[in-house]
Amino acid sequence: MSDPFIKLHDVYKSFHDTPVLRGVSVDIAKGEVICIIGPSGSGKSTILRCINALTPVDQGFIQVGSIQVTSKNLDMVALCHCVGMVFQQYNLFPHRTVLQNVSMAPIQVLKQNKAEVTERARALLDKVKLGHRANAYPGELSGGQQQRVAIARALCMQPQAILFDEVTAALDPEMVGEVLTVIKQIANEGMTCVVVTHEMGFAREVADRIYFTDGGLIVESGPPDEFFANPADERTRSFLSKVL
Amino acid sequence: MTRDRGPSKFSPEVGIDLAGARKRVGTALNAGLAGVLLSILVVCVLVLAVAILHGTDATVLAKLAKWTPFLAQGFLLNVVMSLIAISAGTLGGIFLGMGQIAPFGWISWPSKVLTQIFRNAPWLVLLFYCIFLLPYQVRIAGQTFVVANWLRASIGLTIPVIANFSEIVRGAMQSIPSGQWEAARSLGYTWRQSVHQVILPQCIKRMLPPWMNLYAVLLMATPLASIVGTQEALTNLRTALQAEADGRLLLPFYAYLLSWFFIYSYPIARFSMRLEKRFAIH
Ligand SMILES: Nc1ncnc2c1ncn2[C@@H]1O[C@H](COP(=O)(O)OP(=O)(O)O)[C@@H](O)[C@H]1O
Ligand SMILES: [Mg+2]
Repeated sequence: MSDPFIKLHDVYKSFHDTPVLRGVSVDIAKGEVICIIGPSGSGKSTILRCINALTPVDQGFIQVGSIQVTSKNLDMVALCHCVGMVFQQYNLFPHRTVLQNVSMAPIQVLKQNKAEVTERARALLDKVKLGHRANAYPGELSGGQQQRVAIARALCMQPQAILFDEVTAALDPEMVGEVLTVIKQIANEGMTCVVVTHEMGFAREVADRIYFTDGGLIVESGPPDEFFANPADERTRSFLSKVL
Repeated sequence: MTRDRGPSKFSPEVGIDLAGARKRVGTALNAGLAGVLLSILVVCVLVLAVAILHGTDATVLAKLAKWTPFLAQGFLLNVVMSLIAISAGTLGGIFLGMGQIAPFGWISWPSKVLTQIFRNAPWLVLLFYCIFLLPYQVRIAGQTFVVANWLRASIGLTIPVIANFSEIVRGAMQSIPSGQWEAARSLGYTWRQSVHQVILPQCIKRMLPPWMNLYAVLLMATPLASIVGTQEALTNLRTALQAEADGRLLLPFYAYLLSWFFIYSYPIARFSMRLEKRFAIH
């Protein structure tokens, strides 16, 4: 692999003396799509949250592009311009319309031209098939629609990578497909994606590489075919036997 | 299996639609107007009852009428003091409340301590302190201004309002799901930007009813200023009673003044109760 775009090296993190990450190293190339799977509480969300500095690490080194995330004088705006995040609970801003949700950060944080951002936001809403709900409030949308707005909001920052944290886990089953379709489309367009998911079919289909976490460690990783066909570690086998 | 923490507290139905909110505020306003009529009715009955029980003759009513302008002048000062205190107190309370949850210890600790001290002190004591500690006159650009008693009293009333509103602001801000903070941070918002753009706007609707309650309590506290000699309604009432020196006037006069406070603040209470109910559902 050439120079990785996202690099975690030997990252440790504890919450109140409870170790959550115990030496995690991951290299992700530009344009690569990786899926992180693993049991609940194994540290998947924490890995994502360390990458975009929502959670400070105790030890180790993280770099995204040319930004040193673990450095003391981190430029948060530059990092958020570079890496977007989509949450399990959407976390849209309920007091703003769908269009404002998508466009406000580029205008207010990146100080981009309002007309240009609004135009871009409308195009992105069309892309996630919600152009007709631009003036609705998040509370008026279904879960699947809200999650697609959240994806458009992340995209509007024009990031180079997006982190997806179990973005279909809170959705009713009939809405999972519409959200996964959007993510597939983004992945196919070459966006670097880090996807935490329990959708094994999706992981097998879109991932370039799959990482399995357990107890704050990356137990094993590999291309999907290999990973699902003959997992090397006992913990992976036992997890897969439960979810497949 | 443990569920993810934090964001799962988020309930999607906190969304508001502005048109609906406006309509709801509209109906609440109607409730307020109905409250005005109702309170006037109640007061008429009250005054009549006092008058009848008291065997009142026309002279008492004539005396009430005679002193009405003087009492009204005093009552106006109560209203003015309450408006000053609620304006300044709201502004101060927002900052102190934000300070309480600021992620910087050197801001949050003093904010918490100030809030607790002034929230748990009797209003009258704070009023006394301000009356006697604040300067009687100030020199600005070589000119001397006398700080009127009522102005110092207003400042004295502002302090508990700041502390109480600070708690209202803190409670409202902490009731916003943590996912909102995280989403804002992940979009590059600083703490201050998150508060201004994301958190506070969502708090307004939750803060409105307790804020109006606070105002009603504040208005009821304004007669405390009579103790320090402010020429407000209660002081004027006593002056009037002294001038008339007629024991029969005592009850009707106090009932009369009571009715003014009631007419002014009952609609506000009704309005805020209505808002509270509306927002509890939506
Ligand atoms: N802010 C926090 N404070 C305390 N403990 C936390 C916090 N965030 C996560 N944890 C704990 O860290 C562990 C891993 O969490 P997480 O990364 O969310 O796991 P996953 O996403 O794989 O389910 C869990 O046991 C969780 O309770
Ligand atoms: Mg998680």
